[in-house]
Amino acid sequence: MKPSPFAYHAPESVDETLTTLSELGEDGKVLAGGQSLIPLLNMRLAAPPALVDLARVPELDTVEVTAEHVRVPARVTHERLRTHAEATAAIPLLRQALDWVAHPVIRNRGTALGSIVHGDPAGELPALLGLLDGNVELVSTQGRREATADSFLLGPLESDVRPGELARAVVFSRPAPRTGSAFEELARRHGDYAMAGVAVTVTLDPARNVAAARAAFIGVGGTPIGVELTDALSGQAFDALEPGEAIGLARAAIDPTDDIHATASYRRHLAGVLLGRALESAARRAAEDAAAEEGTHT
Amino acid sequence: MSVTAGAHERIEVEVTVNGVPRAAEVPPRRLLSDFLRHDLRLTGTHVGCEHGVCGACTILLDGAPIRSCLAFAVSVHGRELTTVEGLAADDGTLHPVQAAFQDQHGLQCGYCTPGFVMSACGFLAETTEPDDDEIREGMSGNLCRCTGYAGILAAVKQAAGDLRASGADPRSQHQPEDDAFAGRPGGEHGPAGGDGGGEVPS
Amino acid sequence: MTTRSVGAPVARSEDPRLLRGEGRYLDDLGHDAFQIAMVRSPHAHARVLDIDVSGALEVEGLIAIHTFEDLPPRLQEPLPLLLPHPSLTAGRTQHLLADGEVNHVGEAVVMVTATDRYAAEDAAERILVEYDPLPAVVGPERARAAEHAVHDDVPDNVAAHLEQSIGDAPAAIGAAPNRLRFRLDIERSASTPMEGRGTYARWDGDDERVRLHTSTQAPTSVRAAVAAFLGLQLAQVECIAPDIGGGFGVKIMHPWPEEILVPWAARELGHDVKFTEDRREHFVSANHERAQVHWIDVGFDDDGRVLGLDVEFIHDHGAYIPYGLIVPIITSTQLIGPYKLENYRVVFDSVYTNTTPVSPYRGAGRPQGCFAMERTIDRIAAHLGKDRTEVRSVNFLQPEEMPYDFGLTFQDGRPLRYDSGDFPASLEKLKQLVDWDGFEERRAAAEAEGRLLGIGLATYVEGTGVGPYEGGHVLIEPGGTVQVSTGLSTQGQGHQTVFAQIVADELGVDLADVRVVTGDTRRFPYAVGTFASRAAVMSGNAIHLAARRVREKALRIASEALEVDAEDLELADGQARVVGSPDTAIDLKVVATLSNPLRYAFDESARIATQFANPGKEGQPPVTDDDEPGLEATDYYSPMSSTFANGMHAVEVSVDPDTSDIEVVRYAVVHDCGPLLNPRIVQGQVLGGVAQGVGGALYERMAYDEHGQLQNASFMDFLMPYATEVPSVDIDHLETPSPLNPLGIKGAGEAGVIPGAAAIAAAIEDATGVVIDAMPISPSQLHEQRLTTAQDRPGDTT
Ligand SMILES: Cc1cc2nc3c(=O)[nH]c(=O)nc-3n(C[C@H](O)[C@H](O)[C@H](O)COP(=O)(O)OP(=O)(O)OC[C@H]3O[C@@H](n4cnc5c(N)ncnc54)[C@H](O)[C@@H]3O)c2cc1C
Ligand code: FES
Ligand code: FES
Repeated sequence: MKPSPFAYHAPESVDETLTTLSELGEDGKVLAGGQSLIPLLNMRLAAPPALVDLARVPELDTVEVTAEHVRVPARVTHERLRTHAEATAAIPLLRQALDWVAHPVIRNRGTALGSIVHGDPAGELPALLGLLDGNVELVSTQGRREATADSFLLGPLESDVRPGELARAVVFSRPAPRTGSAFEELARRHGDYAMAGVAVTVTLDPARNVAAARAAFIGVGGTPIGVELTDALSGQAFDALEPGEAIGLARAAIDPTDDIHATASYRRHLAGVLLGRALESAARRAAEDAAAEEGTHT
Repeated sequence: MSVTAGAHERIEVEVTVNGVPRAAEVPPRRLLSDFLRHDLRLTGTHVGCEHGVCGACTILLDGAPIRSCLAFAVSVHGRELTTVEGLAADDGTLHPVQAAFQDQHGLQCGYCTPGFVMSACGFLAETTEPDDDEIREGMSGNLCRCTGYAGILAAVKQAAGDLRASGADPRSQHQPEDDAFAGRPGGEHGPAGGDGGGEVPS
Repeated sequence: MTTRSVGAPVARSEDPRLLRGEGRYLDDLGHDAFQIAMVRSPHAHARVLDIDVSGALEVEGLIAIHTFEDLPPRLQEPLPLLLPHPSLTAGRTQHLLADGEVNHVGEAVVMVTATDRYAAEDAAERILVEYDPLPAVVGPERARAAEHAVHDDVPDNVAAHLEQSIGDAPAAIGAAPNRLRFRLDIERSASTPMEGRGTYARWDGDDERVRLHTSTQAPTSVRAAVAAFLGLQLAQVECIAPDIGGGFGVKIMHPWPEEILVPWAARELGHDVKFTEDRREHFVSANHERAQVHWIDVGFDDDGRVLGLDVEFIHDHGAYIPYGLIVPIITSTQLIGPYKLENYRVVFDSVYTNTTPVSPYRGAGRPQGCFAMERTIDRIAAHLGKDRTEVRSVNFLQPEEMPYDFGLTFQDGRPLRYDSGDFPASLEKLKQLVDWDGFEERRAAAEAEGRLLGIGLATYVEGTGVGPYEGGHVLIEPGGTVQVSTGLSTQGQGHQTVFAQIVADELGVDLADVRVVTGDTRRFPYAVGTFASRAAVMSGNAIHLAARRVREKALRIASEALEVDAEDLELADGQARVVGSPDTAIDLKVVATLSNPLRYAFDESARIATQFANPGKEGQPPVTDDDEPGLEATDYYSPMSSTFANGMHAVEVSVDPDTSDIEVVRYAVVHDCGPLLNPRIVQGQVLGGVAQGVGGALYERMAYDEHGQLQNASFMDFLMPYATEVPSVDIDHLETPSPLNPLGIKGAGEAGVIPGAAAIAAAIEDATGVVIDAMPISPSQLHEQRLTTAQDRPGDTT
């Protein structure tokens, strides 16, 4: 299990990276944390002619937290984001999701953005892209564009990074006030990709009834599947949710398949159970958030 | 400095390993695990899967544990690496984490052991007072086929206590003179306590 | 003071070296060797039509390419059938490289040698093999249905058919007041040591010798095989097992094709050659085990006493059968467990499938047998509405019935005869340990929290210390170091420590002065191998006997030197000394020097020795006819029959009623392997076995599709448990000594794994009410089964 030969480029700036990528065109592949790419290279399931390593581009290191957004550039590892106090305070779902990603040692090297670009259907972070109204910033010598979950995540292990492009950062929107979130999943072993998982956000109105709710499922389709649950839950008291309709909606929306770890029908069942649990915790957290906010206003 | 190299071209990779500057010329595709094992001949770092799951190849990169099978040597040029060879004192006295593995029977065949030891060093640097669940979680990225993990978890627990007592950074080489608890029962981890093993093939 | 170390939880002497990263595993050797990579079959069954190597010739670093055609005639012969058996009428073994046909994914077709593994893989990737795919036979039942044949000349796919019986099971079942019939399945798994296979050979053209390092559980036998295939005398082959990163059975298989091809290539190329198996090839080219389907027919009385048991099973041995019938024979005989079966019939077919071949994996047929027997007892209990421990009790063989001869033939070809064990006492201990009687309270408490709790247990008896023999050599050097060697190799069992303990006690020396070497034919050329939990029993006893001889000789020489009666001497603190007057003493190193009458005094011991040197007895040469120079001895231990260890496990599982997720929350083990040489090492063996048992019950399964493709040939998808998946384990020991060997010990290496699947299945069944008749089981499977069971109710059928 040794990789095929590849030419190697380690540029020192984003500009140089873009020039290199543009020269290489179809031949160039970005190497970020390598935690998904290198296993594929070692097994010779991929053999790109050239790698462009981000190892020497420190300008992609800094997480930015603004009033609206959390911006995560390409070199930020899972672990750095998971333990980034400001970012995870702004969007607790980041931490909730990242706790499920692999093992600590993998998280030390794998990047949050790399995980989204890699597009594993059971990856946790791709689910956040849609759920948190995120954008991927793509840059090339030709310019810059932004992509949303719908346009970016094309299929299993397939995302819309075009030849010559670097995904420079992912930007997540901060949730509205009185919002709580949760991530639930079940994997065969701790740290494995999940058989099914779900991220949810629940926003309450000032009376602590559900004003908005949505979910994004992983492991039950070729890409994360977003489900709008506001209609199914709106008006329900945060501590007396009746998630039956939401679960029904979700089970109809997802598209799981059989594999050696679980049947499609089990995954569908499981996704519903996990949704119920996630909604309950998210609603509770939303209420806590509401209480905290009132606390600061009074 | 940026680097460009053809697929078969060799690049000089300079790193500091266990405090010692080391260098070798390798092609871009040389895995860091192979670089350590075969170019630098530090064979204490083991390889059990080459796809990132078993953790046998775990080393420290600038103090943080990583999989050396999921990194290229060229990517870590200029950085500091710590491998299992860098933990024991110069006279061979075991590092507290290593000593705890012996005390708690945390190894059998020893193949997974360097990876566990390095993961534990990284983990204990971050989590100085771990509870049992945190230890289990902290060690959960490494596979051992021999021990059933009980001895490993007990070893990490013991090491956490010993390191707290001595205040040493688990990621650095053991300094026996700092060893406030040398001479405790079962603490005979010097060279004399070792080396009962079989003949080492040359 | 030298304190007695046998029986003490001595820290392992091998650890410091391994912990410092100074171990020498196979791939740590031979950095400059050429490396091989195999082109392996991507098909489960195909004819090889053409091999085109032209694309590989330009690869930088390529040294050589070999196909079957390029091998000399002797290397074109198939591998030996290691353990022939009269019922193995259609035994087929593989070729070193495929001879026109491949029979499983992963079978080696072309060998590439290059300057390193990277280049070897580059070349292997460019070799084009044209295959004509043939229908693949996958799964034991499809094999027996024989729609297609794996080997043309074995049209029914049956390599062996064997029946054994005691009494008349069919008649007893027919006459029994109760009868149950059902089917039980166990799927494929594998040893999966953390270090794969590997072989490194150096050909010394000046001496015309080959030195082979190989990661094996049977170095002496690999040596013989290499000599035979390469046309060398044994004296020209040295085989050494270096540090081994786990074996668990798979490394007892030998010779692997690479173990012959690598030394051959080294000689051909005049250069060191090495093979380091990678994980992906380990999954498909290193042997598997466990797949069996069993049909049970049992008759019993109203107390649950088994009156007759009839078991038929199919054993899936994969594409070839190099290791004979060991696994199904063990299932057949060890299925009985601790029970007194008077009417038992067992029949199996061992069948070919287009999958990786099978040879023993820790447990070797016992987990399947235990699953069959223990699930049967549970069914009986359920049928009669009795406590599962009660039904076990009425069937137990009683301690006063030992030794007990069943009238069956065990895997070693000798009678199945239990030598020791106290099963009622073990069960009592287990019930205490797991608080069996308090379980219903715990179940109720869990239910209140919305969890389904269940408890199960399983018992087993394990024949260990299988013959024919092992040997040991003990030598006290004039420098005082005690050198010990035995032929079998070690894979983490702590043999160096345990054997040193035995010798240190016998010779009264410090543990640190004892050096143990295992698995090096230069040091000890006779051995059988490390399997069947035999190393401690066989080599331990052999070394014990050899040490005893050295002791006797030391006492004799010391008594002559000190001019006292040997009876009055003891060995302690590295000296021979007079009991009660320790000042009259002589150092063992001096005794060692005296034992070898030299002319030259070149060190301190020799100088001291001269003061004791006696000129020899008058009229006799300095070394008498019945003596030899040197303070050393070799001895062998060869038992009349295996010694039987036993144990019982109890498990509590918690099942999430919504997700069917299964968690083992309590695991208790009672284990009887006789006196413990080193409790911590025995405990480690048990704990490691339990983890493999949990893996085999809940996670690990080789998932072949209908085309014979292994769908989970990686650690991502073949789910070995991490620390987060293995429960804490409570262990208690019973120590009924074996009357069969001087140390009274029984093997401990495999025990932990045997009852895992059976006990966990029982606990899941108890938690959910779903009948568990196939293992391993995943949450998804349990969920589906719970749905089906719910639909079937209330018209409950058994
Ligand atoms: C044992 C193991 C377990 C794991 N478990 C999980 C898990 O449970 N959940 C989970 O989500 N992930 C898991 N992962 C994957 C891990 O999260 C990876 O880190 C992540 O998927 C990819 O990030 P990376 O930085 O390593 O990307 P790389 O491996 O470097 O790259 C992955 C792909 O994305 C491309 N790419 C990466 N960054 C950019 C960029 N900035 N611009 C353009 N293209 C880019 C690369 O070209 C490549 O195609 C696991 C990995 C391992 C080895
Ligand atoms: S060898 Fe690197 S994780 Fe297994
Ligand atoms: S000690 Fe052998 S794999 Fe862990």
